[in-house]
Amino acid sequence: MTNRIHETDRMVFDVKGLNLWYDQEQALKDINIAMEKNRVTAIIGPSGCGKSTFIKTLNRMVENIPSVRITGEILYHQQNIFEKTISVEELRTMVGMVFQKPNPFPKSIYENVVFGPKIHGIKDKNLLMEIAENSLKRAALWDEVKDRLKKNALGLSGGQQQRLCIARALAVNPDVLLMDEPTSALDPIATGKIEDLVLELKKDYTIVIVTHSMQQAARISDKTAFFLTGELLEFDDTKRIFSNPKHRKTEDYVTGRFG
Amino acid sequence: MNYQMESIKPKEVAHMKVKEKNKMLKIETDKKRLKKRLFLNQLFKNLFSLSVIFALVVLGILFYRIIADSIGWLNIKFITGNLSIFPEKAGIYGVIIGSVWLMSIVVPVTMILGVSTAIYLEEYAHKGNIQMFIKVNISNLASVPSVIFGLLGLAVFSRLFNLGSSILAGGLTMSLLVLPIVVVSSQEAIKAVPSYLREASYAMGADKWTTVRRVVLPVALPGILTGAILSLSRAIGETAPLVVLGIPALLLRVPSSVMDNFTALPIQIYYWTLDTVLTAEYANLAAATIVVLLLILFIMNSVAIVIRNKFEVKF
Amino acid sequence: MSDREIDVREIIQNNIRNKKDIVNKIMPVFFFVMASVSVLTTVGIIVTLVVDAYKFFSAVGISEIFSTRLAPLRADPSFGILPLINGTIIITAIAMLVAIPLGLTAALYLSQFASQRVRKTVKPILEVLAGIPTIVYGFFAYTFVTPLLMSLIPALESKNALSPGIVMGIMIIPLVASLSEDAMNAVPEILKEGSLALGSTKLEVAFKVVIPSAISGIIASFVLAISRAIGETMIVTIASGSSKAFTFDITKSMQTMTSYIVEFTSGDAGSGTTGYYSLYAVGLILLLFTLVMNLIAQYISRKYREEY
Repeated sequence: MTNRIHETDRMVFDVKGLNLWYDQEQALKDINIAMEKNRVTAIIGPSGCGKSTFIKTLNRMVENIPSVRITGEILYHQQNIFEKTISVEELRTMVGMVFQKPNPFPKSIYENVVFGPKIHGIKDKNLLMEIAENSLKRAALWDEVKDRLKKNALGLSGGQQQRLCIARALAVNPDVLLMDEPTSALDPIATGKIEDLVLELKKDYTIVIVTHSMQQAARISDKTAFFLTGELLEFDDTKRIFSNPKHRKTEDYVTGRFG
Repeated sequence: MNYQMESIKPKEVAHMKVKEKNKMLKIETDKKRLKKRLFLNQLFKNLFSLSVIFALVVLGILFYRIIADSIGWLNIKFITGNLSIFPEKAGIYGVIIGSVWLMSIVVPVTMILGVSTAIYLEEYAHKGNIQMFIKVNISNLASVPSVIFGLLGLAVFSRLFNLGSSILAGGLTMSLLVLPIVVVSSQEAIKAVPSYLREASYAMGADKWTTVRRVVLPVALPGILTGAILSLSRAIGETAPLVVLGIPALLLRVPSSVMDNFTALPIQIYYWTLDTVLTAEYANLAAATIVVLLLILFIMNSVAIVIRNKFEVKF
Repeated sequence: MSDREIDVREIIQNNIRNKKDIVNKIMPVFFFVMASVSVLTTVGIIVTLVVDAYKFFSAVGISEIFSTRLAPLRADPSFGILPLINGTIIITAIAMLVAIPLGLTAALYLSQFASQRVRKTVKPILEVLAGIPTIVYGFFAYTFVTPLLMSLIPALESKNALSPGIVMGIMIIPLVASLSEDAMNAVPEILKEGSLALGSTKLEVAFKVVIPSAISGIIASFVLAISRAIGETMIVTIASGSSKAFTFDITKSMQTMTSYIVEFTSGDAGSGTTGYYSLYAVGLILLLFTLVMNLIAQYISRKYREEY
């Protein structure tokens, strides 16, 4: 791969020669990619191309699956996240994640948001309330839920639940936000709200988003990575990927000829 | 057409008539057979329903007999009084307290052992031989006759640990007996917690224990409690292991510590039923005690149903 | 990004770095130890039974064990186990004669014929039948069923094999019914519909499609019912008495393995006597009986799960 960008000071993730196997099956093949600060990087590709596996490698969630084997390195602010000195817990508070299906805990809205701070030892009630308010405001949910913070989160609509999950991820004040097809379970209006939110959040966070939707990638991302059968086929500015891709297969995919 | 008709010889016509007749006959017999088949269907449907009705009638008679026998005997004095060899003076206060003491051992022991085992099997154990072995072991343990647990308790708790016929010996024996029920129902409850909740927790940087304690257990709790109550209702009515431990028949003192001897509701029912030969009124005492036992079971099961319906989270 | 938010990140990272991770090391060990109690229980059962049964078998000759004379408390004691095995088999057989036909037909009715409404009302009531403590059935057998049967069969003794057998059968109906029904409900709908579409009645579907397809699950339910009956204690102890005679007459008192254990222990068997050890020998044989039954049931139902 020749697409690596050498702007070390702005570099958040620098993935070098990443390989990943489930048992004998190789799911990621020699991935090299760098992600910059305050950018939205979209990961696209057909189902089973490894894009979801890749994003879960960035916060080491993929290691929860037994029989996973990884080689290569992922430098996060120049530190290899697979090194023994790195604590997974710390990494995950820096690299937050939002999932495909909204997955709030069956607890109150407030308890959902302060889950992270609480399990990491913040006990001060006033501080927790402040964190909850800030996070919900950032996730553009505050106005909708401020009167029912003690109500069960499962009572919210799907779109609200997903924004609550974003608020929950933001509550520990991460540096990066990983989003694994965050709008695939949502209707167009809720999807629009999440997309607006992503554009707003990139001012403060670095965002990596896996998406099935070409339009979504085109609308919200600065950079786009095209994965195919475990390989990173092309990585470039989103504009270039959609207007003038280098690879024929990328063109076929973004124009909807396969996938 | 005409020509064709004419060409048919009389013999052939006769043959055709026979064929026609046979066809008609076949339809007739088919109709008859269908009627017979439908009749059989209805008959067996009714016969089969009789089995269900029989079971329900027996249940009705059983309740009726027990309640009828207990009338006149089940009153406040019976519940608050102490045991006596005179039927009309006998009360089961000490017996109820004995059962309560027994439960005070069974509840914490089975909850700690059972829920921990379930957590180990579902959350911590690696899929492999050890996990498989423990699972098979538990399902076999569940089918061991209760009287065998009595023998275990007699050899280990009563004799080896020298606990005699104390509440502690009885409680520990009973705990091991119902342990498989608690384990299996807790496993079910933990399995029912969607894995995406665990993922959400891990993605927040939570470690395993935090995830188990803050996410898995709270969501699984209603299911765990329901199973625990059901296992208790088994323990509170179980008789054989206690008889094997040598729980005394007539105990006049109300127990006050776990090392005291005791008697429990099913034990008292057992001895009174055996002794109806000597004193007919003992049957009434046994029936009245059964009513108390069934009431307790009814309340426990109602609580379990309420917990299941009200607190279980639907995903 | 406000300063306060930077603070939050710093507090959290400090907390994580300073976290003493003892809990996460202790809890798995704790849970494993708790989980091994169930294994210890099994080991405990096997060891106590085998050790004391061994003492029994080494004190009593093989020919005596396989005799029909059981008289543990006589001056010239004899420990023939055949009366107990005989009693167990006969009472179990009576129970199965009640439980299997009634349980199976109840399952057929509930799964093939009954309306949704009937099913929803009847099944919880059957569960009540299954949830009643066995001591209550013992009382019912002794104080109601036995006198009732005596009025029909004058020769019946007040303690007999028939009454507890029947009552135990009734108690086991829900077990057979619910397990068989599960097996019948597991038969793919498409098989039944195919047959119904060809004009078969529900009865024909039940006998030609459902029962053959569910047969291994149904047989597994029978085997589990037998295992349950063999291990059942209180009904027989109360209603069948403690006659140690070797007889096939179901109007007479018989003793099962379980009721022998109960009678002998509540009768203050002195520790260390051959009589005391005989309890464990009987317990061991009882355990083997139920274990074999369960292994058979597991084997059958595993085979049946492979079928679909």
